[in-house]
Amino acid sequence: MGDVDDDDVFKALADPTRRKILDELADRDGQTLFEICARLSSKHQLGSSRQAISQHLEVLAAAGLVHSRRDGRYKFHHLDTGPLTHLTDRWRHRDTKET
Amino acid sequence: MRITITSVLVHDQAAAERFYTEVLGFVKKHDVPMGGDARWLTVVSPDNPDGTELLLEPDAHPAAKPWKDALVGDGIPYTQFAVDDVKAEFDRLRALGVHFTQEPTDMGAFTTAVLDDTCGNLIQIIQMH
Repeated sequence: MGDVDDDDVFKALADPTRRKILDELADRDGQTLFEICARLSSKHQLGSSRQAISQHLEVLAAAGLVHSRRDGRYKFHHLDTGPLTHLTDRWRHRDTKET
Repeated sequence: MRITITSVLVHDQAAAERFYTEVLGFVKKHDVPMGGDARWLTVVSPDNPDGTELLLEPDAHPAAKPWKDALVGDGIPYTQFAVDDVKAEFDRLRALGVHFTQEPTDMGAFTTAVLDDTCGNLIQIIQMH
């Protein structure tokens, strides 16, 4: 994920709704947009519109945290924790520089 | 006013009749020729034969396919059926080869799953807790 800017990852994580989306994808990876919306509204009382959730997914995708996959007629969204790996290393291990 | 019929748009009525009766377990109620190949084809729940009928309606209108494809692409069910036990239905239907886009998921007050009806629609099954 070298092409993803750390700024994009921090910005993506700054939003509580986007963090909930990641929580739910961590609960079960590979969900349709409908399932993500249903989980947010019924489990977290987050009444965001489908368009709003779709836009949140685009931000998460730009940060490399979510990958969308077409499987025949369906589209599934998957969690990718790869961009998180080096996020805080520069403070914990001082020889790692900001990229 | 009462709801006596609701419908799903199916691309093949014969295939829909098989899926909705032999796989899902509904029973045929009305089957009336409507001209051409079209039939007025309805099914009901065996638990409630005088209840709401489901019309298996041809989806020949040109707007139907893009509409259905867009719903399916985002995993959105066309309609919803109630069951006593989502997990048991999921196991039964999956053993019959039914494809699910959402496995049984506990949503708090209810549990749902979403299946492909093989006629161009997704269907949600729901169990209230």
